[in-house]
Amino acid sequence: MEAVNLLSSNRYTEKQIGYLFISVLVNSNSELIRLINNAIKNDLASRNPTFMGLALHCIANVGSREMAEAFAGEIPKILVAGDTMDSVKQSAALCLLRLYRTSPDLVPMGDWTSRVVHLLNDQHLGVVTAATSLITTLAQKNPEEFKTSVSLAVSRLSRIVTSASTDLQDYTYYFVPAPWLSVKLLRLLQCYPPPEDPAVRGRLTECLETILNKAQEPPKSKKVQHSNAKNAVLFEAISLIIHHDSEPNLLVRACNQLGQFLQHRETNLRYLALESMCTLASSEFSHEAVKTHIETVINALKTERDVSVRQRAVDLLYAMCDRSNAQQIVAEMLSYLETADYSIREEIVLKVAILAEKYAVDYTWYVDTILNLIRIAGDYVSEEVWYRVIQIVINRDDVQGYAAKTVFEALQAPACHENLVKVGGYILGEFGNLIAGDPRSSPLIQFNLLHSKFHLCSVPTRALLLSTYIKFVNLFPEVKATIQDVLRSDSQLKNADVELQQRAVEYLRLSTVASTDILATVLEEMPPFPERESSILAKLKKKKGPSTVTDLEETKRERSIDVNGGPEPVPASTSAASTPSPSADLLGLGAVPPAPTGPPPSSGGGLLVDVFSDSASAVAPLAPGSEDNFARFVCKNNGVLFENQLLQIGLKSEFRQNLGRMFIFYGNKTSTQFLNFTPTLICADDLQTNLNLQTKPVDPTVDGGAQVQQVVNIECISDFTEAPVLNIQFRYGGTFQNVSVKLPITLNKFFQPTEMASQDFFQRWKQLSNPQQEVQNIFKAKHPMDTEITKAKIIGFGSALLEEVDPNPANFVGAGIIHTKTTQIGCLLRLEPNLQAQMYRLTLRTSKDTVSQRLCELLSEQF
Amino acid sequence: MQFMLLFSRQGKLRLQKWYVPLSDKEKKKITRELVQTVLARKPKMCSFLEWRDLKIVYKRYASLYFCCAIEDQDNELITLEIIHRYVELLDKYFGSVCELDIIFNFEKAYFILDEFLLGGEVQETSKKNVLKAIEQADLLQEKTETMYHSKSFIGYKKAY
Repeated sequence: MEAVNLLSSNRYTEKQIGYLFISVLVNSNSELIRLINNAIKNDLASRNPTFMGLALHCIANVGSREMAEAFAGEIPKILVAGDTMDSVKQSAALCLLRLYRTSPDLVPMGDWTSRVVHLLNDQHLGVVTAATSLITTLAQKNPEEFKTSVSLAVSRLSRIVTSASTDLQDYTYYFVPAPWLSVKLLRLLQCYPPPEDPAVRGRLTECLETILNKAQEPPKSKKVQHSNAKNAVLFEAISLIIHHDSEPNLLVRACNQLGQFLQHRETNLRYLALESMCTLASSEFSHEAVKTHIETVINALKTERDVSVRQRAVDLLYAMCDRSNAQQIVAEMLSYLETADYSIREEIVLKVAILAEKYAVDYTWYVDTILNLIRIAGDYVSEEVWYRVIQIVINRDDVQGYAAKTVFEALQAPACHENLVKVGGYILGEFGNLIAGDPRSSPLIQFNLLHSKFHLCSVPTRALLLSTYIKFVNLFPEVKATIQDVLRSDSQLKNADVELQQRAVEYLRLSTVASTDILATVLEEMPPFPERESSILAKLKKKKGPSTVTDLEETKRERSIDVNGGPEPVPASTSAASTPSPSADLLGLGAVPPAPTGPPPSSGGGLLVDVFSDSASAVAPLAPGSEDNFARFVCKNNGVLFENQLLQIGLKSEFRQNLGRMFIFYGNKTSTQFLNFTPTLICADDLQTNLNLQTKPVDPTVDGGAQVQQVVNIECISDFTEAPVLNIQFRYGGTFQNVSVKLPITLNKFFQPTEMASQDFFQRWKQLSNPQQEVQNIFKAKHPMDTEITKAKIIGFGSALLEEVDPNPANFVGAGIIHTKTTQIGCLLRLEPNLQAQMYRLTLRTSKDTVSQRLCELLSEQF
Repeated sequence: MQFMLLFSRQGKLRLQKWYVPLSDKEKKKITRELVQTVLARKPKMCSFLEWRDLKIVYKRYASLYFCCAIEDQDNELITLEIIHRYVELLDKYFGSVCELDIIFNFEKAYFILDEFLLGGEVQETSKKNVLKAIEQADLLQEKTETMYHSKSFIGYKKAY
């Protein structure tokens, strides 16, 4: 409170003390603030320059938001008013600047802005200085408003620069004319792009050249202040040149000047030269020029005693790095890293990693660099760096072997960093097989090497190593027992850390319980990471290009597993790599490769078939019970053709004369989708001529629980005996499935019932008396001999059931016509049951012997 | 400029001027850290260093370290000259200034600084003008002092 009282006093001393007190001990007590503001307002309005000055100083020193609110409108007026004294103007300008910095929104842009620009022309250089600072900050936010300042600034600057040393009198500082003002003007010019007006631009270029020239002249004074001031202006000019980036000769000159400074006696100048060169290096014009100094910079890196200068040198090397000097620079940075300050190591590590990746022509070099990095500064290698190297190694096949070898050698060093163990563990787990051939790096040695470091590592690393061990179990069965012992040991199974314990237990069980195939599937090689390649292509590449025998065998083995769940055991010979499948012979179809009736569902699937055509084309043996199902479908058109744990195939068909349509329904009984789902219809050669099947392709992906439908159009060209086979191949989970069933498209489907009177029947019967035309079959009844069922079957067979034709009422008589494209064949049948003997006699007479044969076969099965 | 600190070889703070609003605690923390960092540097090292996200320019005059914190885009060499100009001003005013002068007349040091820099920017680069302003202020002060000490104001003094 006392302070506020002091403020309102008229005495200078008291006022001064009061203001000092306020500026030092401001707090946001609202009462006081209001009073203070009032006092300040009075002072500002007082027109007494001293008081005004004091008040402005206080505002500038405190610069709180409340003050801004109160005075932001006033101060610009003071600034541009004609009758304010210069000193007050100065203070007002900087005060406004301070308020603007704290609360930019409260300072309105008014018409005072143009007046402020004019201040640049003021006589009093102090005013100009203050105004320049103000305009620089304001122009950054509103460049349009202050555009006119550019030309004024340029003219002012040239006047200063070209002035003789006596002109500016007091403003000359150790023979350098108005250094602060020059610097400020140059700063202001950096807010704007190069001036469009050619006159202005010419003047500016002249100006800059003068400054550069002056730097070459011998110094006018021995004092360090002189050189500092001169160089300050010079550096600011260089910054401006870099910012404009338009005049190549200026840039080159600037670069050369900086190059000279690089070897200057004074440390400060070397430091600043390195710093400026960093920004220069990014400009296209001067990039080449900067690179010429690379030797000097490297020298500086090695010999400088000041750590800040060394740091700047590293930054510069990073900035000037490109393809031509990348290797050299990275090598230098690595050697520096060994002796670098701990505080800057992490940054250098990241820089080296980025450079190595960006400019790596040969990825083996990249791997080497990163491993060196880990070796030298392992603690500072962050997670991203070694994730990245693993990503790159996995994505690039060519470098995998090299990486495995290098990592192996690196691990043999007596003291290796934990990050190296992590990287090494991962890479050997994935690609250890690539170097397993060499006796020095046999699987057992690899395992021992990793395990020797096991107890030295932290928990996450150990977890990673456990994963590697289980991958080894997959890759190298010979070390399985050793690894299992390790997993079984108490230190793992009863480990205090939950993650390790869980992994040990699970992996142990996995290795003992799972068969090699499941293990192989579970522990397949990691696919390349998706940012580089699509996962489909990646998987494809992995399948196509396994580089070792073990991989090839595994993939083949897993493909041929018929996990049908059916009781029929898969003959092991089917999965042999190169023998054609015996099941093909079973069907008598010959080794016909599955011809997809539509375009292949995906290129992946097609290629898969091509590459492994030996085993993939093997048509799986007919599913169990398919014969029974087939028989059932002779006399009926709808129903479930086949079912196992994964797939259900249903049928619905309709026939008219010689044409038919069959709807095949495939149901996915599981919750996982089927991939590459390919149903194909296989017809033997002779069958193909007699029966024409057309179908549309089916969506290769069947979602879990979904049902897809396939339509088959059938045309009977001529009579036929064989039945087409439906072969379905798909991928379920990681295994390959192959199912074959006979499609019940039989000759009787094209049987049209014909009603006729008994006379007609017997007439025809006599007509078909040719011995070939008649086929008779006596067989034992398979099913209970029920009249109604028999009747239904005959009708289902397609024949018309003729009543009261046969003198024996127990006999069944039927007649119909088989429609084919080429001919129509009349058929008569007679079925005589013998209940006591449980036997039947079936007689068929048709105009074509083959038809008779076939129909007799078919019908005989029914009863 | 964000702030300026003056401290002795033993780390005692002689003058602090803050151009950015910071809480007391932060100010103390920054001061402590910066003093440690600067005092740890050897004599031949360069005058600039990077600290947090600021550039620090410092110079040692006899037993005092003058330390300024500037932003990224500010010119370091010119800041060195700002420091030098300030030292010259002090020198001219106090006549062969030493640390004791600043200790005993710290308010004058602040006033001079205020005339020279305002809001973190250089206000007046002419030595003459700055010193003239300070002289005027001094005159005003003496006037009031004489008035203050004269007999006719004894009554006022008592009331005060």
